[in-house]
Amino acid sequence: MPRLHLDKPGDYPLAHHVIPVRTYLAVFTALIVLTGLTVFVAFHHLGDPWNDVVAITIALTKATLVVLFFMHVKYSTAMVRLCVISAIFFLLMLFGITWSDYWARKVPAIRVQQTTYDVR
Amino acid sequence: MSAEMHAHGAALAADSHGHHASGVLQHQFDSLEQQRDASTLGMWAFVAQEAMFFGGLFTAYIVYRFLYPDAYHIGSHQLNVVLGGINTAVLISSSLTMALAVWSAQTGRRRQLTAWLTTTLLLGFAFLVIKYFEYREKFAHHLVPGLHFSLPAAGAEEGHVQLFFSLYFAMTGMHAIHMIIGAGILMVYIPMAARGKFTPEYSHPVELFGLYWHFVDIVWIFLFPLLYLLGRY
Repeated sequence: MPRLHLDKPGDYPLAHHVIPVRTYLAVFTALIVLTGLTVFVAFHHLGDPWNDVVAITIALTKATLVVLFFMHVKYSTAMVRLCVISAIFFLLMLFGITWSDYWARKVPAIRVQQTTYDVR
Repeated sequence: MSAEMHAHGAALAADSHGHHASGVLQHQFDSLEQQRDASTLGMWAFVAQEAMFFGGLFTAYIVYRFLYPDAYHIGSHQLNVVLGGINTAVLISSSLTMALAVWSAQTGRRRQLTAWLTTTLLLGFAFLVIKYFEYREKFAHHLVPGLHFSLPAAGAEEGHVQLFFSLYFAMTGMHAIHMIIGAGILMVYIPMAARGKFTPEYSHPVELFGLYWHFVDIVWIFLFPLLYLLGRY
């Protein structure tokens, strides 16, 4: 086992992985650019679902950058990754199942209405 | 094996920082490495729980947006994109300064650590001040749900727009409460950092707070487009 020497600021043997400052600056730049992009796109009509698709994609990209680099998950242990993945999984379950329930109640009802009008 | 690792951890603590570092390693852990991993996992379990908590609010948002899409567009147009955008930049900047604080702690730069933590706190305050002016504008324009809510331009959708504003205040308000709690923790950490309490072998309190601060940033990354940017074209 190596002995610990802390003679100068550059010696930090106990930190798992020290992410260099230039990586943080690159991530910050990307986050600011993506924020500008999401505002820019919001003021342009892309057709019905596409404004939402682009906005969510950009937000997910920004969140991924924050999680991987600012929150160090890129260099984390398997247990931490499991924790992150399970949180995302259960969030998707929460959103997906709830939304599909409302969708299944609303959309088929509209279709039944339209069919009734057609018959009349 | 365990005893050997414990001896190693104690040796590290004693080696690196003389007298007070011996208090850094808690007795239930074999090594500083193990202590760091355990506390990091614990913090992530808390962050995952926080994600589920905000998930409930986002679920309500998804459901009512699906049911009343027009009301969401009308409501979104009442929000101030400029202030929301500035606040997004402020919050992302505070995440950068927090990341630099973590880096300073990991590399043993005491003065820089104190400076970055202080910058993070000031940016947090800037966010809250801007948020205060936004909220004040909503009170002035009768856009706060309750007795005085009034938006005649919305016509038949007025009630549903009020629902949008209930979600707006619940989501941004809960986010702001998290910011205030974060600011409180920073006010405890800054004097500790100035006294040299955080060292490369004891940097994880700063790292764990960073996880919390970045999580709050992520919540806003979703809130900004979902609340402020609907139907702006």
